[in-house]
Amino acid sequence: MRPLVLRGGRVIDPSRGFDQAADVLIQDGKIAAVGAGLGAPDGAEVRDVRGHVVAPGLVDVHVHLREPGNEDVETIASGARAAAAGGFTTVCAMPNTDPVTDNQAAVGFIVRQSVRAGLARVHPIGAISVGQKGERLSEFGEMVGAGAVAVSDDGRPVVSSHLMRTALEYARTFEIPVADHCEEPTLAAGGVMHEGLVATRLGLKGMPAAAEEIMVGRDVLLAGLTGGHVHLCHVSTRGSVALIRNAKDQGVRVTAEVTPHHLTLTERDCERYDTHAKMNPPLREAADVAALRAALKEGVIDCIASDHAPHAYDAKEAAFDDAPFGIVGLETAFAVAYTELVAGGVLGLPELVHRMSTAPAAAFRLPGGTLKPGAAADVVVLDITGRWTVDPAAFFSKSRNTPFAGRALTGRAALTIVDGKVVHQAGAPGGS
Amino acid sequence: MTAPLGKDLVGLEDLSADQIRLILDTAEPFKEVSERPIKKVPALRGKTIVNLFFEASTRTRISFEFAEKRLSADTVNVAASGSSVQKGETLVDTARNLEAMRIDMVVIRHPSSGAAEFLGNRIRSNVINAGDGKHEHPTQGLLDLLTIRDKLGKIDGIKVCLVGDVLHSRVARSNIWGLLKLGAEVGVCGPDTLLPRGIEELGVCRFRRIEEAIEWADVLNVLRLQLERMEMGFIPSVREYYRVFGVTAERLEKTMRPITIMHPGPMNRGVEIDSRVADGPHSVILDQVTNGVAVRMAVLYLLAGGRPELADAAKRSGGPE
Repeated sequence: MRPLVLRGGRVIDPSRGFDQAADVLIQDGKIAAVGAGLGAPDGAEVRDVRGHVVAPGLVDVHVHLREPGNEDVETIASGARAAAAGGFTTVCAMPNTDPVTDNQAAVGFIVRQSVRAGLARVHPIGAISVGQKGERLSEFGEMVGAGAVAVSDDGRPVVSSHLMRTALEYARTFEIPVADHCEEPTLAAGGVMHEGLVATRLGLKGMPAAAEEIMVGRDVLLAGLTGGHVHLCHVSTRGSVALIRNAKDQGVRVTAEVTPHHLTLTERDCERYDTHAKMNPPLREAADVAALRAALKEGVIDCIASDHAPHAYDAKEAAFDDAPFGIVGLETAFAVAYTELVAGGVLGLPELVHRMSTAPAAAFRLPGGTLKPGAAADVVVLDITGRWTVDPAAFFSKSRNTPFAGRALTGRAALTIVDGKVVHQAGAPGGS
Repeated sequence: MTAPLGKDLVGLEDLSADQIRLILDTAEPFKEVSERPIKKVPALRGKTIVNLFFEASTRTRISFEFAEKRLSADTVNVAASGSSVQKGETLVDTARNLEAMRIDMVVIRHPSSGAAEFLGNRIRSNVINAGDGKHEHPTQGLLDLLTIRDKLGKIDGIKVCLVGDVLHSRVARSNIWGLLKLGAEVGVCGPDTLLPRGIEELGVCRFRRIEEAIEWADVLNVLRLQLERMEMGFIPSVREYYRVFGVTAERLEKTMRPITIMHPGPMNRGVEIDSRVADGPHSVILDQVTNGVAVRMAVLYLLAGGRPELADAAKRSGGPE
């Protein structure tokens, strides 16, 4: 592979607190050097990235890639391609596939499909319980041996507190996080959106914020009891933020993620029964959005994750009650976050890079999230001036279900590099 | 010409006070049609209307059908059972198939909130919501308004309390919007388990005791308590519900003022309402049913493009302009 020099960009590496104009030399798939006025080795390809930002590749610890089982809506390859287009060099695939990723063979399959695709890295997350049934623990050790980086029953809450406790205890041996979708099922049963005024007006069954918060409270208590690491998926309420803040203050090992849509949209986006605003947890109230933004800035919430959830093109073409939960997010996550949070004055760009790369890598103990010399060359070059309009038809994902269609956004990946290899280049053939 | 109500009637939330008044005023001349020996006017001659009922309904479906027939429309009834819907056809496919048959209007009842709007956004025909989930039942709201206006001479300033299962009631939501837009004061009364979150933010007041509601209201609109709610744990028993929230003759006698009693039907006698109240002198429950046909005739006529000032003339000859 030819050496590659990224010349003259603004290099932001939150792992080292680095933020200045510099060149980045990539050699043999690794970051060889970062500094001003680097010479280009013989035969090197030099790319002028002045005006752009060079950052560690983005990391998404929560995606659904639907393979095996639902390959018509997404595959590991199409998901990894969408990830690359979104600037992600690493994503973690949730185990609610069909069959469930709850054993070493299933985990190994995802690893092999990821290697075969050769795009963004896809790390499998194994199921907490066999078949995600919430009864018996899966073989964490075997799955970690095959490449799993965490366990989760995401898509379903872990109902049994005993199971959650044993998962947190057992996961300590392997030093992996236990990621939980916090939802108290008897309170949320039948709900299709946030319980509040909009649900009342639309005549839709709501899911109260307390349904999430009860489980957040339980999970941090169990993490405190066991010393295990609990990772809270897609936190959506201000009450959850308060519980997490309190737990962190007490030294509980808890990390948390928030999605771009929970940071930017509210229950009001469900007006007119827009099924693209149907997700679980549901879009909440403006006060929740404000609390989530503050928590992200403060570090109470560690990272942004997309919860990329592809669905067939016609699945959302239904009455609100009948449409599935979830939206795709890999190809809009950075732009939505940049436009709303950085251009909107909530976060600095280095903070956003931290929350989308270094912090999630740290939370899941993944390589990446750094431009330290010697690290694998997982790099994104971000164009933070180009304004573009979201056109789902141009997505690399096989699915189109997004509430951001038609939105004018700023910021996107100009170049995505994994292991020193360019896996996405904006405007390249097949691109948008 | 532009239709005075737009293409569809999805809910009263979307209508202006003027549009609601227009419907009520247009219903007046149509009342008389139903009193004639020959109950038919040619206003919708040649129009094809499908009554698409994904949920069981007797009263509303028959009321719509009479309204359509008395306006000379050609009608087809489709019920969910025995139709392609039961075979797994999606709502969007149903809509496309209806559109392909070049119909003029669809009256839809569906268990999912938003289904009428969904259909209206996907077909060119006019869509009338005959009840969608827990969202709205606009023609019921309109006939309730017409009945209050008939009985009390006005709606502005009247105090109307909706009693019972507001949480699951589309009738309640349509009543709230219609009444508020026309200047009524609206209350809701029932156990908190059956009153939706944030209801006060719509501009209604909440009563936790039926005695307070009776003391306050000019009109009680008593909602049907669906008996399966008890199984779902919203109330402990029907017996207790009747004892605490039942609209009984004894409770009404304690107030000096006459209170108009309404019920959208079908009634559970002895559950939410005492038979002596339902059959009593202040009950306008059967007037509601009569007005239902006139209101639905008015809605059909206006959506078909009929000019309100011609409603009278339409009774005699000609169709919508």
